[in-house]
Amino acid sequence: MFEMFSKALAQNGLVTAFVVVGIITWISAILSRRLTLGRVQGSAIAILIGLGLAYYGGIMTGKEKGIADISLFSGIGLMGGAMFRDFTIVATAFEVQATEARRAGLIGALALLIGTVVPFVVGAVVAWSFGYRDAVAMTTIGAGAVTYIVGPVTGAAIGASSDLMALSIATGVIKAIMVMVVTPYIARFLGLNNPRSAMIFGGLAGTVSGVSAALAATDRRLVPYGALVATFHTGLGCLMGPSILYLAVKALFS
Amino acid sequence: MIIYGTAILAACYLSGIFLGDLLGSAIGAKANVGGVGIAMILLIFAKMYLEKYKMMPKATEGGINFWGALYIPVVVAMAAQQNVVVALRGGWIAVISAAVAFALCCCVIATLSRMGNRGIPLPPLALDVPADAAVR
Repeated sequence: MFEMFSKALAQNGLVTAFVVVGIITWISAILSRRLTLGRVQGSAIAILIGLGLAYYGGIMTGKEKGIADISLFSGIGLMGGAMFRDFTIVATAFEVQATEARRAGLIGALALLIGTVVPFVVGAVVAWSFGYRDAVAMTTIGAGAVTYIVGPVTGAAIGASSDLMALSIATGVIKAIMVMVVTPYIARFLGLNNPRSAMIFGGLAGTVSGVSAALAATDRRLVPYGALVATFHTGLGCLMGPSILYLAVKALFS
Repeated sequence: MIIYGTAILAACYLSGIFLGDLLGSAIGAKANVGGVGIAMILLIFAKMYLEKYKMMPKATEGGINFWGALYIPVVVAMAAQQNVVVALRGGWIAVISAAVAFALCCCVIATLSRMGNRGIPLPPLALDVPADAAVR
């Protein structure tokens, strides 16, 4: 009986994922109302529960894709994968006010540039202070501090070892998780209550996943504006990391 | 027809991703450059064009809005498949780089948000909306 039931769930992974996420959302809404009196948004709690499940899945299976590595929950991998994520983000653009988006265009570009250089410099300096003195290591870890995709792409291009790449991925993932978790609590400090600041946030805070989850937990109407800019973040990082930034580090430290 | 909306959305998505790949290889970035952003801009233009010629009935809009509303659940699923174990195992160098980088960026965000012509705050979300409706 139970075996038949779990087989039905495992064979219909995506549909199972809809039920699982529905239940998580429902529990989060109750927790938000009862435990925090609505002060912490339900979606912020839901994302935390998701990260908790990812940790559990990683410990249980020893693999890379969190809860999605447990076969019963493999549909979570499809539902939360890049295709569905990007498809639904594009759909949110349907609510964008074109005039608002245009007004913030230039400041968004400036934010992107600063958002690539500042994390890179921080990552490279921290790497240096931990004893990584060669240009390849400093560049790879610095690129990881930009996003967890820029890190390995840059590292592969300049010939970094695999443990350096893992370290740079870890840096990027931790940053994305921090962005998701911390942002709702400091939204007022960031001035995050209008489309313009959401676009600045998208340029500076990095990855589409971090930015969009953070904005979803702050005010879901800001998601499309932040995502619109953040989507250029990884591309710009992959462009600058192995080229101009690597050459700059090399010129300074060897 | 609802499928028209979803088809328009899908066409914008695919064109955007394709253009992003083209842009990436043109400038030698080895990655998709702004594919999702280009797709979003295409959808905004498609919406403006279709509304101008009254070719966007409610049902067609529904075929797009449904996917927009699914966005937060998809993010929850995305969170559930992050490599949290490796992130925590990265040790202090990863934690310190990430925290300092994010903290500095936050200061820049706060400064830029308050500079120049400040954005107009969105109206507060209606308070009488029950908490579960806000979560969607």
